[in-house]
Amino acid sequence: MFDFSALTNWIHAGLLSFMPEWLAVTTECVLIGLVLLTVYALLALFYIYYERKVCAAFQCRLGPDRVGPMGLLQSFADMFKMLIKELISLKHTDKFLFALAPYLVILASMLAFAVLPWGNGLQVIDFNIGIFFLIAVSSIGVLGILLAGWSSNNKFTLIGALRSGAQMVSYELSIGLSVLTMVCLAGTMSVGGIVEEQRDLWFIFSGHIPAIIAFIIYLIAGTAETNRGPFDLPEAESELTAGYHTEYSGMHFGFFYLAEYLNLFIVSGVAALLFFGGWMPLHIPGWDAFNHVMDYIPSVIWFVGKAVVISFIIIWFKWTFPRLRIDQMLSLEWKYLLPINLFNLVLMVLVVVYGLHF
Amino acid sequence: MADIQERIAGQFPEATFDTSDVLTVEIPDAKLHALARFLRDELHFDYLMTIVGMDWVEKMGCIYYLQSTADHNRIAIKATTADRENPMLHSIADLWQIAVIYEREVFDFFGIVFIGNPDMRRLFLSIDWKGYPLRKDYDPSLNPVPTENERQSDFTNTYVEQADGKIVKEQARVFEEDDFVVNIGPQHPATHGVLRFRTAVDGETIKKIDVYMGYIHRGIEKICEGLTYPQTLHFMDRMDYFSAHNYHHGLCMTIEQAAGIEVSRRVQVIRVIMDELSRIASHCLFIGTFCMDLGATTMLFYTLRVREQILDIMDKTCGARMTFNYDTIGGVMQDLHPDFVKDVKALLAVLPANLKEYDKLFTGNVITRNRMEGVGYMSREDAVTWSVTGPSGRASGWACDIRKTNPYSIYQELDFEQVVMHEGDAMARFKVRMKEIEESAKIIAQLIDNIPDGEIQAKVSKVFKLPAGHWFRTVEGCRGAFGVYLESDGTVNPYRIKLVPPCLPAAAAVDHLTRGQKIADLITIGGSLDYIVPDIDR
Amino acid sequence: MEVTTKSMPYEAWKDNEYIESLVAELKANGTNVVVGSFDKLINWGRSNSIWPLTFATSCCGIEFVSLGAARFDMARFGWEVARSSPRQADFIMVAGTIVHRMAPVLRRLYDQLAEPKYVIATGACAVSGGPFKKSYHVVMGVDKIIPVDVYLPGCPPRPEAMIYAIMQLSRKMKVERFFGGVNRKEKQQEFLESHPVEGVED
Repeated sequence: MFDFSALTNWIHAGLLSFMPEWLAVTTECVLIGLVLLTVYALLALFYIYYERKVCAAFQCRLGPDRVGPMGLLQSFADMFKMLIKELISLKHTDKFLFALAPYLVILASMLAFAVLPWGNGLQVIDFNIGIFFLIAVSSIGVLGILLAGWSSNNKFTLIGALRSGAQMVSYELSIGLSVLTMVCLAGTMSVGGIVEEQRDLWFIFSGHIPAIIAFIIYLIAGTAETNRGPFDLPEAESELTAGYHTEYSGMHFGFFYLAEYLNLFIVSGVAALLFFGGWMPLHIPGWDAFNHVMDYIPSVIWFVGKAVVISFIIIWFKWTFPRLRIDQMLSLEWKYLLPINLFNLVLMVLVVVYGLHF
Repeated sequence: MADIQERIAGQFPEATFDTSDVLTVEIPDAKLHALARFLRDELHFDYLMTIVGMDWVEKMGCIYYLQSTADHNRIAIKATTADRENPMLHSIADLWQIAVIYEREVFDFFGIVFIGNPDMRRLFLSIDWKGYPLRKDYDPSLNPVPTENERQSDFTNTYVEQADGKIVKEQARVFEEDDFVVNIGPQHPATHGVLRFRTAVDGETIKKIDVYMGYIHRGIEKICEGLTYPQTLHFMDRMDYFSAHNYHHGLCMTIEQAAGIEVSRRVQVIRVIMDELSRIASHCLFIGTFCMDLGATTMLFYTLRVREQILDIMDKTCGARMTFNYDTIGGVMQDLHPDFVKDVKALLAVLPANLKEYDKLFTGNVITRNRMEGVGYMSREDAVTWSVTGPSGRASGWACDIRKTNPYSIYQELDFEQVVMHEGDAMARFKVRMKEIEESAKIIAQLIDNIPDGEIQAKVSKVFKLPAGHWFRTVEGCRGAFGVYLESDGTVNPYRIKLVPPCLPAAAAVDHLTRGQKIADLITIGGSLDYIVPDIDR
Repeated sequence: MEVTTKSMPYEAWKDNEYIESLVAELKANGTNVVVGSFDKLINWGRSNSIWPLTFATSCCGIEFVSLGAARFDMARFGWEVARSSPRQADFIMVAGTIVHRMAPVLRRLYDQLAEPKYVIATGACAVSGGPFKKSYHVVMGVDKIIPVDVYLPGCPPRPEAMIYAIMQLSRKMKVERFFGGVNRKEKQQEFLESHPVEGVED
């Protein structure tokens, strides 16, 4: 399996050969930032296209197919348009917070990118508390949404923001607990470590029953965390027009729009990391030839591919289920998911302690 | 009916009777309320179909049409006042909930004030509107297109009669002063058009809704007064555009019966088939948009597939996808397309499989059931007092299908069930419509193989006069009882056409049904009542 | 600058004097090479990403729903992102009758749209009042309240006609200039100044 750390080390060495270390590190930071931004934008555009096509397929339609080959340039056209659309500033709003909110939302998803295991050796930073960091930064997003709803001085946005606040705070618990369950199994919080642990068998297989329960709960909570259907109450079209971002126009709205899709990717990426081995190819103990063939597929493709497949399931939810009501959504979390989750955590501890996993 | 007439005459010696159409009791204003109470409580005329405001130039007044929910007899009360400056009648709003809205409508159009109505505001027109448009002496130049945002009042007016007979105007707040009022509509995806709800909420819970209508009030009734009878027909396509055939049927039938025109059996069969096809198409769209309101967008695309198939059938015969203008006075516009029978049979063949698919996709879903079961409960009494007819009324256990209760055309000969459920919640309203699709398919299946030969158009001159008189007929539209009140003074133009839409009561009942429910339930309830805003506003 | 549209082989489509006059107006002053190619890029983006506002008052709105459904599928052109908030939409499809009471609301919706904004008057009612010409409460054409870019006749227009109308709008967007000399904006401003609407403070 190709190790990207060879490439990064080579760049680092190359830079060091003609500049001092502090300058080299700074340059690398800038480079990584640029690369991440590009990846970020491209992924978001791809995801917008992807969702529109998948949704069209569910609805027996064709989806975008006129702008560029197979409609591939559709989201680029949307982006160009959005970039130059007017940014409306409103009377009687808190201008600073109003402008800050979309950046907070985008920041949350940007930071989460830092710890995703893109490929073998292709990770911005490998903390020993990587997973913890991920959960911490992803909750900045809710702040942005609350601010957006509050500062718009609009009743719809306010209701949307409060719904979102209630929803995210509740479902963060489930995400945290199901992640904790998997951390139990892995025995480490470092992202690289978790991937390494799955060298022989992905956690979803080795952790069997508790891992599968954790995965299902994670998927439900992750859908809620990204404000997607059936949990799209904060922006319920038929109830609150556009929810918390009703008053945003132009690129500010674009940020919310991009962040929604990026969060989808992050949630799927973390699911891939925790349950499906991150960038680790599919290895089945004993099938050496098969494992060897799998190793030839580049690690980046493994990771992104897994994330895209999991996203497909989440998109599938959205275009199948009707929306929940706010009280039903909260009772689902507090009355069902949370107790099951706690029980599952205990179960996982027992499994680990008695070595019942594969 | 003679028995009823005697009992009324015994109780109210001052009443006079007119039996030319529906038995009409004319009564002085002072006894109006007592007569209405007597009819409701003693004679079981408990369903207020409509209040027709009238301007006979020398006097003004109202005609109240009542129906018994037990034996489906009809009776009308007529009350008049000679005062054109300050016309006043007594309100019956305490007897029927829906009368509040109906009386507001009459006040809006004719300026007749109802003493005792708790909410005497304008209904369709804005607060600054000058004059009363349906009066015969109304001058349209009074009201140019407004260039200002609409003014809004937080107060309702009530005219109260004091002990000494003096009438005083009182004001009351619509909402309490510290209510958090959210304005939903007129441009809002959930209102199915341009309806406006001012909603007082407490967190997510709804405290009160104030419904504003008239954002698509087009004054069809007034325009009709200046047109000949055949010219009035095409407006029926543009009210409830899903029941275009049914509404056409209603108005054509009224004019035909007034003019004494015989319609051939072939035309009757064609009309009934078209009515039932539109019912299927309409209910399909209802299922789709309702699911979309609940967040399940994909269902819309599945149900629209069936609707497109029906529109194709209509397109071939009528030449249009939506506004068909197919029924004419004395017949239909064109003969059936040669493919008609084949296409309809193809539709009937795929329909059961499609319904099964909808059931599987949506009805069985646990989220759906949680969202719909027990939400927006309407008892039978509520349905009657709010006059909510059609599938919504039948879901509350009120057997109010005009096709069964007051059969018209050839419905008497057909074998079909009236779908009645007793749960009264959003789920029941949804299920009634699903079942009605099956019943409509059953009706079509009975007729499609034996469409008799015959004339498709009776001999009717382009411009004709109706004898002086008045007629009231109802048909079952896709959303409930659609009534036509027609009054003729013997000229080529109608003196007054009053169209009784089934959606107006449904929209009026939203406030009652949503109290104490969540904001999300407002969407469920509004969707399940399935009102069409141009039908409410006319 | 030539206006081309993908897969429209019809002569009738190409023969459009209005668009020709717009192109001539653009060419009259000459174009800077850099600015010109920027304009092209922006116009490409704009004309291919036209998001409608979900706004419908009557029958035409139902045909608009059909336009989104599987048979006509406006998603092919990228128009399916119907936004409920006017801030995020690009054009209003005024689908249905506009009455006196709705007129100030429609005008406010138009004002709430973010620039660049466009209007398609859909159906006979929105074009001229249509069958309700004699009504006391109907606005005889939305061009009395807001500037209209494309008129689409029909009662209601078939979904195919709606596709045609939005394609016309898209073609119109291709002959605009972002940097200076915008031929459309001045007319729009002129219109708005001659049709003032005063807000009433609550």
